[in-house]
Amino acid sequence: MKTKYLIIGNSVAGVYCIEAIREVDKRGKITVVSDENIINYSRPLISYYLGGRVTKEEMAFRDEEFYRENEVQLILNRKAVRILVEENRIELSGGEEIEFEKLLISSGGEPILPPIEGIEKVKEGVFTFTRLEEVDRLIDYIQANKIEEVTVLGAGLIGLKCTEGLLERGLRVNIIELADRILANTFDQEASRILENALGRKNCRVRKEDTIVRVEEKKGKIDKVILRSGETIPTRLLVIAVGVRPNLGVVKGTSIKCNRGVLVNDFMQTNIKNIYAAGDMTEAKDFLLQRKSVLAIWPTAARQGKIAGYNMAGKKKKYNGLFIMNSVELVGVPTISFGITNPPDPENFEILARKNEGENYYRKIVLKDNRIVGAIFMGKIERAGIFSGLIRDRLDVSSFKDDLLSDDFGLLVLPAEYRKHMVRGEGFTE
Amino acid sequence: MGDKKINKPRRIIIREEYCMGCRLCEVWCIVAHSKSKDIIKAYKGQEPRPVSGIYFEERGAISFTLQCRHCEDAPCLEACLTGAMYRDKKTGMVLHNKDKCVGCWMCIMACPYGVIKPDFKEKKVASKCDLCIEREFPACVEHCPNEAIILVNKKGERIDKE
Ligand SMILES: Cc1cc2nc3c(=O)[nH]c(=O)nc-3n(C[C@H](O)[C@H](O)[C@H](O)COP(=O)(O)OP(=O)(O)OC[C@H]3O[C@@H](n4cnc5c(N)ncnc54)[C@H](O)[C@@H]3O)c2cc1C
Ligand code: SF4
Ligand code: SF4
Repeated sequence: MKTKYLIIGNSVAGVYCIEAIREVDKRGKITVVSDENIINYSRPLISYYLGGRVTKEEMAFRDEEFYRENEVQLILNRKAVRILVEENRIELSGGEEIEFEKLLISSGGEPILPPIEGIEKVKEGVFTFTRLEEVDRLIDYIQANKIEEVTVLGAGLIGLKCTEGLLERGLRVNIIELADRILANTFDQEASRILENALGRKNCRVRKEDTIVRVEEKKGKIDKVILRSGETIPTRLLVIAVGVRPNLGVVKGTSIKCNRGVLVNDFMQTNIKNIYAAGDMTEAKDFLLQRKSVLAIWPTAARQGKIAGYNMAGKKKKYNGLFIMNSVELVGVPTISFGITNPPDPENFEILARKNEGENYYRKIVLKDNRIVGAIFMGKIERAGIFSGLIRDRLDVSSFKDDLLSDDFGLLVLPAEYRKHMVRGEGFTE
Repeated sequence: MGDKKINKPRRIIIREEYCMGCRLCEVWCIVAHSKSKDIIKAYKGQEPRPVSGIYFEERGAISFTLQCRHCEDAPCLEACLTGAMYRDKKTGMVLHNKDKCVGCWMCIMACPYGVIKPDFKEKKVASKCDLCIEREFPACVEHCPNEAIILVNKKGERIDKE
């Protein structure tokens, strides 16, 4: 089989790539290969699905019509097992081959599995939390085994989202985290503590600075976990959520250059001219760090997929780099964070902060040379997006620094000239 | 989504030097998005009062009103986890489908104008200016007594209410 554009992975990077290609090239054949057996779903919604807040149908961020309209040939439930770089071909599981002119790899992330003694003997009751089919199996398992309490290893974004879903199902959760606080990669001490207190009021217990060293099974099913501290927790269901890393399975053994992820230039192009990469498995320009990094978040995958699509279809477009950002609501506390929230060398930064414990309110702005490089919003998140613009525009904030934490913070406090350009112009263009 | 009456690209321009701070734009936005379209009913609590699509900002002598810019390259679209935020093909406007929205606030994080509000009235959803797509003319522009907000077409030419 032959195709003009081939996309590995049918998630957000892939979808935005399709849209960009079709803006430029209405006819060229697009083929998408996915090893998942579903037309479309939004990965971050799996915790909403677990918690019963959305149905499977409601998880689609593009419908069937989208693929029809854009004349995309979808090959589902098949894996791309090998890329034959020299021959412009990929090999599918089952043996078939597809020849391409341009290829996008958007194979996303895969869960990290830490070494745990005895884990290979456990046949049932251990899950990771990144794919919809896994969540279906998880729910089945909970019901079939009448599970009431779950152990979750890892208190990062995915572990806590999973916890939230489990709590919503009425289960009790034991979280085990190696760091001295939860969401250590996203937040600072203060923010972590506020969330931890909120979590503590739920059916949830967090054990920190600890990890699972060994597991035991009973008739193949998980039965207990043994912690480094010596504690044993009877466990009939374990979710491992210590993080994700780029899924590089399909590029292994090829001449495509990788570091932590597949390396791309400003046009989302790998070292092979007609092969592009986007999303969670990509190491691309990072706006704040001034080097390449893996930014495993939705908006980056969308933007990178789009830029890749334009370039694949022949419209030259540059990726200006994004920075880490997230919006996460846990146990009723909304949070938004941008960039560097907890610099390891605070003496080189200026930090502004304000809090009100009772209301779970916390706000922190991290500045370097009078420019914002990071921020945390907790409790109240309205208007936080303005900060994403200030970071991106590297605006000197010295003239309104005192206002950054004020209650009526808005465009009003910004220099009049800057504001005018915002309200008169075309709206955001990059 | 009802009948969409607007079918051409258009945009609101803000002229803060003309704003008198009367907040009529906000009042009429709320009325235009209420069920009854009646100012008394919308304000007197006989029906849930809609969240306005406007951020009214005021400090000292400066005031202005701000609503979604319907950006050409809209960061809120790329951030939206559900496809609830979408671009209307005909008008190029950025619209929001409340049914699909899960209230994850990714769009609030991404919008550099800070014009998306959380709306907790029924289920948790995002809320923002829809340029009065179901009316013919944006209510805020229509009722601004001093032309501090005006409507323009793609070429930047002013559109007045007929
Ligand atoms: C529980 C959870 C919550 C999250 N919450 C948020 C959030 O709130 N905000 C946020 O910004 N991000 C969030 N994320 C991250 C977000 O989901 C990812 O950044 C985003 O999905 C990345 O998209 P992608 O297109 O790069 O790849 P992915 O979504 O990872 O998809 C890659 C696809 O490629 C397929 N694939 C891989 N290899 C092959 C192959 N060889 N052949 C065929 N198909 C293949 C995979 O099966 C998968 O379907 C969350 C993630 C999880 C798991
Ligand atoms: S919500 Fe914000 S980012 Fe989205 S189109 Fe409107 S102004 Fe632009
Ligand atoms: S709050 Fe709604 S519109 Fe905004 S990003 Fe989330 S799902 Fe999309």
